[in-house]
Amino acid sequence: MPRINSPAELEEYRKGILSKRDPDKPCIAICAGTGCLALGNDRVISAFEEEIKKQSLGAKVDIRATGCHGFCEKGPIVVIYPEEICYIEATPGDVPEIVSQTVVGKKVIDRLIYTDPGTGEKAAHQPEIPFYKNQMRNIISSNTKIDPKSIDDYLAIGGYSALSKALFKMKPEQVLEEVKKANLRGRGGGGFPAGLKWETARNAPGEEKYVIVNGHEGEPGAFMDRAIFTGNPHSVLEGLIIGAYAIGSRQGFIYTRHDTHQLKNHIDIALAKAEEYGLLGKNILGSGFDFHVEVHLDIGIFVSGESSALMRSIEGKNPEPRPKYIRTSVSGIWERPTNLNNVETWANVPQIINKGSQWYAGIGTERSKGTKLISLSGNIVNTGVVEVPFGTTLREIVYDIGGGIPNGKKLKAVHFGGPMGGSIPESLLDTPLDFDELAKLGAPIGAGGMLVLDEDVSMVDVIRYFLDFLANESCGKCVPCREGIRQMLKIVTRISDGKGREGDIERLEEISEVTGAASLCALGKTASDPLLSSLRYFRDEYEANIK
Amino acid sequence: MREIHLQIDGKEVKATEGMTVLKAAQSKDIFIPTLCHHEKLEPYGGCRICTVEAEVRGSTKLVAACLYPVEPNLVVRTRSEKVDRIRKMILELLLAHAPDSLELQGLAKEYGADKDRFEKESSFCILCGLCERYCAEVKKKNAVGFVGNGARREIAFIPEIASKECWDCKECFPLCPTEALQAAFVLTKALWGSV
Repeated sequence: MPRINSPAELEEYRKGILSKRDPDKPCIAICAGTGCLALGNDRVISAFEEEIKKQSLGAKVDIRATGCHGFCEKGPIVVIYPEEICYIEATPGDVPEIVSQTVVGKKVIDRLIYTDPGTGEKAAHQPEIPFYKNQMRNIISSNTKIDPKSIDDYLAIGGYSALSKALFKMKPEQVLEEVKKANLRGRGGGGFPAGLKWETARNAPGEEKYVIVNGHEGEPGAFMDRAIFTGNPHSVLEGLIIGAYAIGSRQGFIYTRHDTHQLKNHIDIALAKAEEYGLLGKNILGSGFDFHVEVHLDIGIFVSGESSALMRSIEGKNPEPRPKYIRTSVSGIWERPTNLNNVETWANVPQIINKGSQWYAGIGTERSKGTKLISLSGNIVNTGVVEVPFGTTLREIVYDIGGGIPNGKKLKAVHFGGPMGGSIPESLLDTPLDFDELAKLGAPIGAGGMLVLDEDVSMVDVIRYFLDFLANESCGKCVPCREGIRQMLKIVTRISDGKGREGDIERLEEISEVTGAASLCALGKTASDPLLSSLRYFRDEYEANIK
Repeated sequence: MREIHLQIDGKEVKATEGMTVLKAAQSKDIFIPTLCHHEKLEPYGGCRICTVEAEVRGSTKLVAACLYPVEPNLVVRTRSEKVDRIRKMILELLLAHAPDSLELQGLAKEYGADKDRFEKESSFCILCGLCERYCAEVKKKNAVGFVGNGARREIAFIPEIASKECWDCKECFPLCPTEALQAAFVLTKALWGSV
């Protein structure tokens, strides 16, 4: 593949790809995301390959192993193009029938399509299934249309057109302004305006500046970043390059987990291909802008996802947080200005550049713009990756998309933000998804893990789980966090065992005040948040276990 | 170096840019307690006992004095009800590990910390990291280091290095606010003697 050296060449190349593709040619898109992988999709994929060979359809049918489709509950998911017929819970045994009946015969197989458990209504296409129908899948919907390992697939759906636009039609300041006007807020947990962070890094003194994709996603119950990054790595990379251009950085880092091999593999392929195509590296698209990216893997503890710990890790040191009295956007890796955003934040950038800040700011609430990816799990009928506009109520997510609580149970609470988040009781379920609204209730949105808890769940046990997680996953450097968590875990454990003592709740509140106020990093400062939120809404569960 | 004027406990203090609040306070003989700080070592910010109130442009936050850089018009309060409460709790958490440490006992008296507030823990080490950092930063030997993380973190001598370097040095021993370091050394010695 010769390098692409200008926007015109890029468009010409794109046209070439599209002209070789017949939109009416059948394509079998099989979800190869983590959830479906666990459900045996690799056997389904091989069965399709064999069957296509057996029926000598190789030239007439395409097979595509894609990223996550989102509906993990019903995996493995198979979508047959061009009709976009969606089959759920496909097994290798279903494959011969799918090929002869649907791919060749154009008939829908009734038993393999989705049936609404409530109404008994059937749905043959993704947009008709309630789980999908009630979402706004601006980011994740591309996953079904591309093979994550194919840069041509990404180009075929308009990929890298935002980069081309930014580099050739916009000054860095204009890109920055667009992101600021869109009011894109960081999706990693803090909700800090990305544009302001970019601006700080841009204006900070220093020649050498860095940009980082935080792809660590260590929060239990969060799996949406993995879904985007594994399923559509180029979208994140494109966002990163655009950000680097706006900030004035020539070196980027992707930081992710050592234990997600598929993700690492897809990132490596995406970087190599982008470089080969002239979309990364020296003189990108002939613009004169140089930008390189390195991949770093963590050592396997949760705290390495904390931004300053992550930066130390990239420097080759222990992933221990450092105080951010001077912001990392001014003094980060090797004390140079460093802008860090998480996977989802970067993935939002290309659409902001392509469609404009006005379009983007039209989605969501007054202060939370765009869509948000949610990892829906726990006691919920439809586990999966969900994308909704900000402003969608939690009730809509749980019932309209999530399909409600299984086994006729009642909902007790939804928990956001994992071990540093908080729980919202059923009575507040009409709260809209919004950074500030949820924070006010003591349950900040975090990265977007939404754990649904039914009436049988003991909130004390949930808190014990999170404290136990943090006791093992913090770095252990500072006293309030390390020792505070240790003691809180002991107290919560004895309460959960029904052996609580008089004064335990007050002791917990006293310790949590100190961990919250005096810990070194955000992990310690928010370690007691789940505890405090459960004391706010479910104090009686603690009291019931104290003698 | 730019001169910076700030206020600590009502006293006007002149400092230079880049200085920490702790240093500025020490220059005026204003006492802020520390456990993990040592003048020969890089500021660490691990024990948090030096937490003070810092007021900038009307808003007050709690910061670690050993790390927080001075800035113009900063108002620092080294004692307040909240600061004292934090220090008391930190001491109680640490006294669960090292109830006999004289340094901790002295501070416990000042802040009314109860050494029996929490159940005793098996380790006598408070993980201040003075030994680890002294060995790495001053001696450049890395004979003692941290292993594990979170609540499982502990210090350990690295036998391969310690068996060569520690006999004639032991400079970290007097830095230890508890007796844990010597105990760890004796244990390691026994271990490497037996192999």
